[in-house]
Amino acid sequence: MRLTATQAKFSVWLLYVVAFLPAIWMAWLTVNDALGADPVRELEHRLGLWALRFLILALCVTPIRQLFRINLLRYRRALGLSAFWYALIHLLVWLFLDRQLEMQAIVADIIKRPYITIGMAAFALLIPLALTSNRFSIRKLGGAAWARLHKLAYVATALAALHFVMVVKSWPPEPLIYSAIVATLLLFRAVQAARLRRRAEPAPLPRPAR
Amino acid sequence: MLFRRPSDIAPSEITPKHIFLNRRQIMAGAIGSAAAIMLPAVSHAASLQVTKSPLSTDEPATSLDDITSYNNFYEFGTDKSDPKANSGTLKTKPWTVKVDGLVDKPGDYQLEDFIKPYALEERVYRMRCVEGWSMVIPWDGFPLAEVLKQVAPQSAAKYVAFETLVRPAEMSGQRGFLQALDWPYREGLRLDEAMHPLTILATGIYGEPIPNQNGAPLRLVVPWKYGFKGIKSIVRISLVDKQPQTSWNMQNAREYGFYSNVNPAVDHPRWSQATERRIGEGGIFAKRRPTLPFNGYGDQVASLYSGMDLRTYY
Repeated sequence: MRLTATQAKFSVWLLYVVAFLPAIWMAWLTVNDALGADPVRELEHRLGLWALRFLILALCVTPIRQLFRINLLRYRRALGLSAFWYALIHLLVWLFLDRQLEMQAIVADIIKRPYITIGMAAFALLIPLALTSNRFSIRKLGGAAWARLHKLAYVATALAALHFVMVVKSWPPEPLIYSAIVATLLLFRAVQAARLRRRAEPAPLPRPAR
Repeated sequence: MLFRRPSDIAPSEITPKHIFLNRRQIMAGAIGSAAAIMLPAVSHAASLQVTKSPLSTDEPATSLDDITSYNNFYEFGTDKSDPKANSGTLKTKPWTVKVDGLVDKPGDYQLEDFIKPYALEERVYRMRCVEGWSMVIPWDGFPLAEVLKQVAPQSAAKYVAFETLVRPAEMSGQRGFLQALDWPYREGLRLDEAMHPLTILATGIYGEPIPNQNGAPLRLVVPWKYGFKGIKSIVRISLVDKQPQTSWNMQNAREYGFYSNVNPAVDHPRWSQATERRIGEGGIFAKRRPTLPFNGYGDQVASLYSGMDLRTYY
């Protein structure tokens, strides 16, 4: 199915709107006191999960193109930026509602608690990506440098999955399933990169006959 | 409505008991045949006969709805909504409690016989979960000390070990791939902790038989320790001479000690224990409360640990 230019543009905007629906649903649940016994924890969990989901979806774009020849590239920016918005609200809920802006406790947590350190690192890595998710930045940086910078998405997603595994007690299935998906997507890149490198190497010279 | 409720309403009024029980009947009816719905309301379990206790806190109790819908009971799944959703399959009748080890009167007791000698008291206790949240729960139960006196520990007995039921057919968390813990769930107390008047075995909450998700039909409550020490659905009580193995300690010894006394000064390696969120208090803008040493029961229990370094024996 081929989209006209207008349809394509419209479908991207539609994605921005659809991606925001879970946040609206959460807001509705919050206002109606329907988040269960521990609403702050529930909000944190749901927002963090959506951030991770959108990061994963953004990382799916390339494999889908290479494996199934379906090009969803035009949607990747919306997916990445949605991940950033959810991560940002997740962080704000933690700062304002959970830790209640007690700066000493917050700084101590960021330094002392590996899962929080890792979560903060993941968010910090998303900031330059969000700031450069526009045509202007691509032109300014040049395509190659921009692409290299945006490889940080791999690191951020891996850290986000690790953050999820570390925040829970024991080994519940959900964080492990998400981690397995992230690992698969990153492994796909590693294999592709190795293959490209091999192809790029010059063919060995034939050995001289003795 | 951003705030969960104005504070002048008693928590027990939030889900009035008859509505709560009605709901359960409707659900039971839906599970059963259609005819069951049309039958007049079936009689539910009689309210428990309980007396008040001076050991209760006068802090407002958490609503029954929160107490019964936000649980850690890994035998039914790792999510806090899982126990309520999945524990309906557990059959608590008949129920046998084995008492063994270093006691003069070991035996397999039917639950009814096991609890018959003891008068139920209401004990409204703070409950602090190791995860950083807390509730106030009106338990109905009796001191563990009375049970121990009855079964007559021998002089070599130094610890009490407890085990939860293992019945994968009825406990979904004990089935399948990736199980959270080694079953049975195990807990233990030093004998003097077990004999302390604050330590109870509970059979009810809010004057009604304890719901499955809260550890029916019999569970331990030790209010000055983190919640996971309160082992649920107990089938075995053993008196032993050595410190028994405990489930969370076996799973991760660095994070969960044998004592696990509530202590704001000793952090969990992954999170601070200095403050807590009281469930049902103020919704999303609930102010964190400072966590108290021994969960506020220090006057009664701190002497049990005099001379011990609580950083070493966490």
